Amino acid sequence: MMNETATVGQQTRQPLLEVRGLSKTFVLGKSIVKQALGRPPALLRAVHKVNLHVYPGETLGLVGESGCGKTTLGRCILRLYEPDEGEVVFEGQNVLALKGGALRQMRRKMQVVFQDPYWSLNPRQTVGQILGEVCSVHAMCAPSEVPSRVAYLLSTVGLDSEIAQRFPHELSGGQRQRVGLARALAVEPKFIVADEPVSALDVSIQAQVVNLLMELQDRLHLTLLFITHDLRLVHYVSHRVAVMYLGRIVELGPSEALFADPIHPYTQALLKAVPQLNPRVKGKAPSIQGEPPSPINVPPGCPFHPRCVRAVERCALEEPALVEVSEGRYVACHLA
Amino acid sequence: MPQAGQSNDATLLRIENLKTHFAVPDGIVKAVDGVSFSVGEGEVLGLVGESGSGKSMTCRSIIRLVPPPGRIVGGHVYYRGDDVLEWPEAKLSQFRGREVSMILQEPMTALNPVLSIGEQIVETIRQHEDVSTNDARERAVALLRMVGIPEPQRRLGDYPHQFSGGMRQRAMIAIALACSPKVLLADEPTTALDVTIQDQIIRLVQELQERLGMSVVWVTHDLGVVAQLCHRVAVMYAGKIMELADVVDLFENSRHPYTIGLMESIPKSAARGSRLVPIPGQPPNLLNLPGGCPFVPRCRYATEDCANAEVALQEVSPGHYSACIRSNEI
Repeated sequence: MMNETATVGQQTRQPLLEVRGLSKTFVLGKSIVKQALGRPPALLRAVHKVNLHVYPGETLGLVGESGCGKTTLGRCILRLYEPDEGEVVFEGQNVLALKGGALRQMRRKMQVVFQDPYWSLNPRQTVGQILGEVCSVHAMCAPSEVPSRVAYLLSTVGLDSEIAQRFPHELSGGQRQRVGLARALAVEPKFIVADEPVSALDVSIQAQVVNLLMELQDRLHLTLLFITHDLRLVHYVSHRVAVMYLGRIVELGPSEALFADPIHPYTQALLKAVPQLNPRVKGKAPSIQGEPPSPINVPPGCPFHPRCVRAVERCALEEPALVEVSEGRYVACHLA
Repeated sequence: MPQAGQSNDATLLRIENLKTHFAVPDGIVKAVDGVSFSVGEGEVLGLVGESGSGKSMTCRSIIRLVPPPGRIVGGHVYYRGDDVLEWPEAKLSQFRGREVSMILQEPMTALNPVLSIGEQIVETIRQHEDVSTNDARERAVALLRMVGIPEPQRRLGDYPHQFSGGMRQRAMIAIALACSPKVLLADEPTTALDVTIQDQIIRLVQELQERLGMSVVWVTHDLGVVAQLCHRVAVMYAGKIMELADVVDLFENSRHPYTIGLMESIPKSAARGSRLVPIPGQPPNLLNLPGGCPFVPRCRYATEDCANAEVALQEVSPGHYSACIRSNEI
């Protein structure tokens, strides 16, 4: 359905990761009462038939508002959630078909950095134990070399080796996120899903961690799926950007082009809503009315049509497919 | 003590050398440490800073709602020339809500989950004014309509959990505005919201502020929100105001190294490739602040004198104050 090999400057490159027709639905309220009353459980369609490619060495930014399915998509790719349908192909292997040892091997190549490392680091382990455990489980080095490897990992993310003795609660937010990053890097992955990696940090610390992430990407040839709701940040870190709305990708393209000239009405509204940093340029009309509908109750046709200022009759009836409208730019809109 | 900010006749609220400290087992956290500024009638003042800079506690000190173990240990909060900090508790209940009211970051924790939205607005109105329940209900409907909640008549009976995040924040604003306060203290009211909803809320507050002639103190860490909404801005760090200026002046002619650092830390419309310039080091530990200027350990302009300098706002150009002893060289 979608052929994305024509991305600017990447015609000849094989994607590192391909997602094909990926869907994930959560079943809500499977209560006995509801079953006894014969009521069907509510279905939350978090991700709906998503296709995308990620090329080696690039950062693909994934943006959208809360509840759009960006985190679920990231987790399905890593099989932290089991998708209902679709394929996740990493280096030619279908990740969804892997089991046991083969899956563990794959997990070494695909890692994750979470939003708040306070909740994703074991509070009872020291930083040294946290990082050492990863090295041991994945047999990254001989047991005797673990301490030196931990020190190396800490220096990679700009931390002093004495941090190894400390517990997560003794660290600042920025330091914890660096530890989270060191843990992901411990297994020398090729691909990292960074899910809002700096959203919990203060602005001055955000820049430190973002710069570190980009330096490491260049140095270690990492490929990143950078999930965020921060549009200024995604513009800055990404080579290409995918915009999600209600579980679908509505627009995808090179970062520069997408930000300079958004095509989908939702992308346009989203970019317009970002407060300008210039106090002399005050925003005009509000960017968009209302709020996204619940993913339990996705509107028929184009999911954006009830809020879209340009919607026509067809938009309510038929869901637009994500199609290439110019080189490397994909839009799911009947009017594009 | 320099008179930070305009102190003309239009000054509604004047804060002088405010100090709010927290006695914790490990020592004393000086959350607010000698803060002075004023807010004019119809003015929107931004309080900017990172977590722990004391911006929220400054706001809470103004209406004397500092959570324990925090205590206001010094300074003055003049409202129309009268020091709020000297008032008896009884006088405060009319001050809060009627003269000055507050909206918070997470409305779910600020709203009562077991009372309907309507009951909460009616309760607020009847607390402050001698009106019948029916009249108060009518006003509640009008308020919900004003803040853009569709079908307000029907939504009056809804409970907070039936509202979305954006709607709850609108309901909070309706409650805050129920008694037409002269000053609205907004403590990061859009930080937990999506950008499109934030845009709607900011426009709503802007429109209401202009229509009702309210003064607003808007606490945020988002410089974009500041640029769009505020007339003047105070930048806080480690419990102190580092810089205070007109919004255009602050953005175009920052005179404090911390403000400059903040501006350089955020991606403007910068594309990939250009590196951000982060502020080095870690946020200050409020229990263990260096003497002199608290920003010294992270400041690229710091000299030996800075570690001994007293942090005090100096007027560097008309209406523009900076607490840096090297402001004139920056």
